[in-house]
Amino acid sequence: MTTSLTTAAATGGAEPAGAAAVTASPSAAPRRGKRLPHTPLNPRPSLALTLLTGLALVYTLLPLAWLVINATKDQKGLLDSFGLWFADDFNLWDNVTRTLTYDDGVFVRWLLNTLLYVAAGAGGATVLAVLGGYALAKFNFPGRKAVFAVVLGAVAVPGTALAVPTFLMFSKMGLTNTPWAVIIPSLISPFGLYLMWVFAAEAIPTELLEAARVDGSGELRTFFTIALPLLMPGTVTVLLFSMVATWNNYFLPLIMIKDPDWYPLTLGLSAWNSQAQTAGGEAVFDLIITGSLLTIVPIVVIFLLLQRFWQSGLAAGSVKE
Amino acid sequence: MTLLSTSAQAVPPPRRRTRFRGRKEALVGWGFVGPFVAVFGLVFLAPIAYALYLSVFRDRLIGGTSFVGLDNYSEALADPRFWEGLARVGLFLLVQVPVMLGIALLIALAIDSGRLYGTAFFRVSVFLPYAVPAVVASLIWGFIYGTRFGLVGNINDTLGVTLPDPLSPSLVLAAIGNIVTWEFVGYNMLIFYSALKVVPRSLYEAAAIDGAGEWRIVASVKLPAIRSALVIATIFSIIGSFQLFNEPSILQKLAPNAITSDFTPNLYTYSLSFAGQQHNYAATVAIVMGVITAIIAYAVQLRGMRKG
Repeated sequence: MTTSLTTAAATGGAEPAGAAAVTASPSAAPRRGKRLPHTPLNPRPSLALTLLTGLALVYTLLPLAWLVINATKDQKGLLDSFGLWFADDFNLWDNVTRTLTYDDGVFVRWLLNTLLYVAAGAGGATVLAVLGGYALAKFNFPGRKAVFAVVLGAVAVPGTALAVPTFLMFSKMGLTNTPWAVIIPSLISPFGLYLMWVFAAEAIPTELLEAARVDGSGELRTFFTIALPLLMPGTVTVLLFSMVATWNNYFLPLIMIKDPDWYPLTLGLSAWNSQAQTAGGEAVFDLIITGSLLTIVPIVVIFLLLQRFWQSGLAAGSVKE
Repeated sequence: MTLLSTSAQAVPPPRRRTRFRGRKEALVGWGFVGPFVAVFGLVFLAPIAYALYLSVFRDRLIGGTSFVGLDNYSEALADPRFWEGLARVGLFLLVQVPVMLGIALLIALAIDSGRLYGTAFFRVSVFLPYAVPAVVASLIWGFIYGTRFGLVGNINDTLGVTLPDPLSPSLVLAAIGNIVTWEFVGYNMLIFYSALKVVPRSLYEAAAIDGAGEWRIVASVKLPAIRSALVIATIFSIIGSFQLFNEPSILQKLAPNAITSDFTPNLYTYSLSFAGQQHNYAATVAIVMGVITAIIAYAVQLRGMRKG
C-alpha cells in the first residue's frame, strides 16, 4: 500500500513492541467493512505535496552541496567563482592532500584524537548505559527509583552549568589537557541509560532470566548469553547517538584542552578559522572547507549505513514517558 | 543461548522467584548499575556540589578567598550583562523554537501521510544535518553568509544588489537561529515521525469513516496522539536554546563586532571563567541559569501533560 506503511512494518521490528499501546484509546475500536478508495488511509502520491516538501529538502541539502562544491576550489576559485557551481579547475584531491599534510599533518593527528575520544568515550558510554539500563529494567533493588529519578533530573541540568566546576575539579586532579578530560565526561549519557531501560524492559522476558537462573546460570553468563543478544538493536542505537555526540563535541574539549596536539577535529577546524580571521594569519579557507568536508564524511556514512537503528531508537525514546 | 531459551519454553513458567530475592538481587542489580552511578557521581553530582560551594565564596586579588554568603547571587541577579544575554536567548527561544518545531511537524506529517514520492529519501535527507557538528554547520553557514566568497556575496555581485548583511549586529541572532534550525529540524522531524508511526492506523480509519477530512484527522487524531513527543521536543529545544554557545562562539570570529562576549549567558559564563578568571562568579551565573532552565522546562512539562 503506502510507502510509510511498509517502512513502518520494516523498521517496526527493532522497537519495543508495547510502544503502540501507549497511544491507543478505547473509543476508537476499528469498524470493519467497506474499503474506501483514496481516503487518508489509502492516498495517492501527490506531486504538489512532494514539491512543497521538496523545499525543505533544498534547505537541508543546499549548505552541504555548497560545502562539497567549494571543497573542489582553491583559494582563488573560492573568491572568483559562483558559490553553487564549480570553478574552472578541479582541486579536490589537491585540497585533501594539503589538508592532511598542512602543518606537519596536524589534521591527521586531530582525526586520530577524535577517533580515540569516540572509541573510548562513546564505547564506554554505551557499555555503562547497557549495564545500567539492564539493571534498572530487570532487577528490583533498593535505591533503584532514586537512581532513575536523579539521572532523569540531571537531563534538565544545562551542561554548561557543569562545565566550569568540572574544569576546576579536573584541573585540581591534574586531568585537564589530557585525553581523560574529554573521555570521562563523555562516559555518561542519561539519554542512553533511559533508552536502554525502556528497551531492556520490552526486549527481555523476565521468565527467560528466571529460567536461566533455575538452570544454574550465573548472572554474568546470563547477561552475556541471553540479555546482550536481545539488547543488540538498542545497543547499536545508543552507540550511534553517543558516537555522534562525541564526534561533534566542541564545548567540552574547548574548556579542557589547551594543547593543539590533543585537539579533536572540531576544535582544530575552529582554530584554523580563528587563524584565518586574524590579521597576519595565513588565510586557509580552502583547508577549512575541505577539512569540514572530511570531518562530516565518516559520520554521515555511518548514519546512512545504520539508518534502521537511529530511527527505532528515537521511536523508543519519544513514545514512552 | 538456544539451549536456554528452548528450556524456557519447555518448562512451565518458573515460579521459584524466592530464590532470587532480597540481598542477592540487590547485590547483582547494584553490580550492573554501579559503574554508571559511580561515573555519574563524578561528572554530574560532584560538579554540581562543587559549583554550589564555589558560588558562596569570592576570590579577591588582595585578601584571597573569603566566604561571602549569597553575595554572588545578588550580584548575578543585578547584573545587566547577564540579563541582556538571558533576554537575547529568551527572544531566540520564542521565535526560533516555534518556527523549527512547526517546520519539523509539517515535514513529519507530510512524510507520514504516505503521499510523497520517495519517502525514505526525504526522511534521510532532512535528518542529515543532525550528523553535522555544530562547528562545521556554523562554519558552512558563516561562509555562506559572508560577502567575500559566500552566497550572499555572490547574489550581491550577480544581481547588483546589496542584501542586508546577516552577520551585522541587528541580524546576527536571526542568522544563528537559521543555523540552529538547520541543524535540528530533521532531528525533531524524526521524533514526531516516529511518534506518528506508532499511532494505530485504525484510528484514522474510524475518523475517515466518520467523514473527517485529512486536516481534521491531523487536528483531532494525529496531534493529540503525539502530544508527549511534542512536549518532549519542546523541552529539549528550550534547554538547547538556553545553552546556546557553539554557534555564536564560532560566528564570533567572523563577526566580532556583532557577537559580544556576553551575547548569551553561556558565552558570558565562559568568558568570565576562562578570560576573566572569575571562577566563583561564573559558577554562580551558571547555577542561576541552570535553575531558570529547569523551572521553565518543568513548567512546560506540567502544562503540556496536564490535559493529556
